[in-house]
Amino acid sequence: MTDMNKQTINFTLNGKPVSAEIEIHWTLVDLLQRGFDLYGARQSCGQGLCGCCTVVFNDKPVSGCLTLAALVDGGTISTIENGEEELDPVQEAFIEAGAFQCGFCTPGFVLMTRELIAQNPDPSEEDIRVFLTGNLCRCGTYPQIIEAVKTAAARMRTTAHVPV
Amino acid sequence: MNDQAIQSQAVGASHPRREARQKVTGRVEYIHNLRLPNMLYGKICRSTVAHAKIVSIDTSEAEAYPGVELVLTGEDIRKVMPDPYFGVMFHDQPVLALDKVRYVGEPVAIVLSKDSNIADDACAMIDVQYEELEPVFDELEALGASTFVHEELKPGIPEISFLKGVRDTNVGFPYQLRHGNDVDAAFEAAEHVFEHEFRTHPSAHVPLEPPVTVAEPTGEGLTIHTANQSPSFVSYEISRLLGWPQSKVRTRVPFLGGGFGAKLWIRLEALVAAAALLAKRPVKVSLSMEEQFYTITKHGATLKIKSGVDKDGKIIARKCNVFWNGGAYADIGPAVAFHAGMTAAGPYDIADVAIDSLSVYTNRPVAGAMRGFGHPQLIWAYENHTDMMAHELGIDPLEFRRRNILREGAEHATGTKLNTSAVEQVLERVAAGVDWGKPFDKGEGTIKRGRGFAIGIKASIAPSTSEAIVRISSDGSATLYCSSVDMGQGSDTAHAQIVAEVLDIPVERVHVVHPDTDVTPYDTGTLGSRSLYHMGNAARLAALDAKDKLDQLAKEVGAAEPGSNVPIWEIFARKNGMPVGNVVGTASFTPPGHVPPDPMTGQSPDITPYWMFGGTAAEVEIDTETGRVTIVKLVNVADAGKLINPKIVEHQISGASIMQLGQTMQEKVHFDFGQVTNASFADYKIPSMLDIPEIVNDLLDSEEAEGPFGAKGAGETGSFCVSSAVANAVFDAVGVRVHEMPITGETVYRALREAANDPLGED
Repeated sequence: MTDMNKQTINFTLNGKPVSAEIEIHWTLVDLLQRGFDLYGARQSCGQGLCGCCTVVFNDKPVSGCLTLAALVDGGTISTIENGEEELDPVQEAFIEAGAFQCGFCTPGFVLMTRELIAQNPDPSEEDIRVFLTGNLCRCGTYPQIIEAVKTAAARMRTTAHVPV
Repeated sequence: MNDQAIQSQAVGASHPRREARQKVTGRVEYIHNLRLPNMLYGKICRSTVAHAKIVSIDTSEAEAYPGVELVLTGEDIRKVMPDPYFGVMFHDQPVLALDKVRYVGEPVAIVLSKDSNIADDACAMIDVQYEELEPVFDELEALGASTFVHEELKPGIPEISFLKGVRDTNVGFPYQLRHGNDVDAAFEAAEHVFEHEFRTHPSAHVPLEPPVTVAEPTGEGLTIHTANQSPSFVSYEISRLLGWPQSKVRTRVPFLGGGFGAKLWIRLEALVAAAALLAKRPVKVSLSMEEQFYTITKHGATLKIKSGVDKDGKIIARKCNVFWNGGAYADIGPAVAFHAGMTAAGPYDIADVAIDSLSVYTNRPVAGAMRGFGHPQLIWAYENHTDMMAHELGIDPLEFRRRNILREGAEHATGTKLNTSAVEQVLERVAAGVDWGKPFDKGEGTIKRGRGFAIGIKASIAPSTSEAIVRISSDGSATLYCSSVDMGQGSDTAHAQIVAEVLDIPVERVHVVHPDTDVTPYDTGTLGSRSLYHMGNAARLAALDAKDKLDQLAKEVGAAEPGSNVPIWEIFARKNGMPVGNVVGTASFTPPGHVPPDPMTGQSPDITPYWMFGGTAAEVEIDTETGRVTIVKLVNVADAGKLINPKIVEHQISGASIMQLGQTMQEKVHFDFGQVTNASFADYKIPSMLDIPEIVNDLLDSEEAEGPFGAKGAGETGSFCVSSAVANAVFDAVGVRVHEMPITGETVYRALREAANDPLGED
């Protein structure tokens, strides 16, 4: 008997084709954690309000806690773990500015910053605040994050680095 | 003066956090990520009523649900913990409710399953029948109520054994301080007497990694992998509950996704330990964001303060009555009442002081420690009060504080002399931060502008102990073993810098072992800004001890003659025949000289190893048509002694002020008959990037005599004064005084209407 609660999906994960047997109620965070031992996308608020579970789905950042795993079938997923061997200018700028304390929100901020700079290579401080307002940091490192985003954007403009 | 010479560049430089790379790549270790073979997930069934006798618990439907392995209630816990009540001060909190529930959200049962969704579903199938009792929610009502949250007080530590057997009260702990002569007589003699009352409401810590614990039976013992700020206490308390030797309960803590006091003492550990032992399998419980609101809050409080002032504007007497809403179980609440009570009269030189600070039980979720340990609430009261008096006396608030501030060598209300002039410097620099005394644009039309400032004092925790081990390997690299928890404050980095400095090696050559009670020695806990001073000293002394032992070894093998440059590996090779081996240094640091305060008067000649000070100034803009307050600028002044890592210190101060800004402006846990009604980030708004003003952090150039390389703790101090600085700035802008936090647009608008003799109705 086929288990109605289960489904097999195929998708591209961090550049590699993969398949997974999922339960239909799983979220994208469940899929990454239970299926692939990837913990960089973290469920925190569970309502898509904090940004800790940010994952790039078909080139757009989404809340992994609100995206059903079944929807990923046939798509492309990129997580913070993608290309982790080499730090990109955003990650380097976050380290230099001290743009995190506990680090729980950091993957979400890094992924959203990449998206911001891709859309707007020279964001003003106001642009940064508005774009990143859906990511929360309880340690309160916002001033350092703003500084890191500015630094990363400036460097990427001069080196024409293409964001991942 | 501090005579510890700084030789290498390890101390004093802003090294990036050691784990920075793992954090930006999402690979850092949290218990959140931990999954063990054969592990079960636990979901907690919680009380739906605030105060009731449990008539029956029917778990049969949940037990029969496919995929459920085990359902446990309070009585089941007794099979492994005969007296299943835990607590750091009182043994009053049941692992799962027994006989009675005392707040909405109290754990009543736990369901275990291999699938967390199944456990969640089955929780809803547990049928609990209650016989409701009269609840009490307000801290003042609880004082005179005929309903009692606990039938009898259950003190758990010797220091409070005098409370044993006390019945029919909701006062958990009464702290009192009496300094100088009778305050009431002094009020009679005073030229002016001022009396004000303030309130603060419970807020929530909500670290983005909610509390999470995994317990793993290991055959002869138990390993607890947990997101906890006090690993040594976890092993102590769980072994006490189980009746086991402490050595059989191993507590292991990697990085925390935020703590702020939410992860102190016992949160989930007792429940998960019992569940794992009963299931004979590893068990994990991860709280949801919603559950955090039922698990731990910051104290709401009512604060009454009365001062007598002489004709020269000198405060001569002060009386403080503070009532802390501690919720249903004591947790560390009595220590908040005690510790914050100590400095309730503020950083002022007042001859006659009387303080009564009571922790009060109510039928609300437990209140515990949170970033500042009660001081942000107290400073909210006394720094509003200070400005209000200055205004009524017609004295400039800065001048009024200058006349009354504690100066170096003066006796604080606790009887301990102030050994530093830092508080005066904080006052002057915080006022300068908003150009106090210089012209200021007060705004026009419906937009008014104002500025204000506040200063605060806190004693460090005493007595407390930190132990450390430093091992030097044959290649000269070093390993530090300590139980300090790095929850984002950067303790791993700072402690490694201290060890590197002593051993004169690069910081990268020091490895820091995370808390693991199998190998890391005792520490009181990562709390109260104590780690850098206490563990910093222990790490320094352990490194010195290791260095001495290496020197001794060099002598033994003839490698110590003057000018000798025999490398470390060769010293070991001469001793062991091969270039292998270790020397191990140890240290235990308890600041010497502490004298416990007299229980009746609170007096002690040595109540704290060091004093902590904070100051904040704020500039605000207010729309008088809506009451909306916009924070334009915050200036934080902090005294961290010598800075081990200047950037990390600055970011701690900044982060603490942002957290307190949230609690000042927007955060409040709302209740409806004991039920939290805004237990989510949709309804409980923490600050986002759009809420952040310009922030300036100004660190004093000072040094702490007995601190490691002149350093001391300061992490909490950025939280102390934000609320009162904002309130004073609001008054400066529009001339109304807000007596309750948070300072929302509605609060200010109501106050404006009231001041215009046109008060707004309740709806």
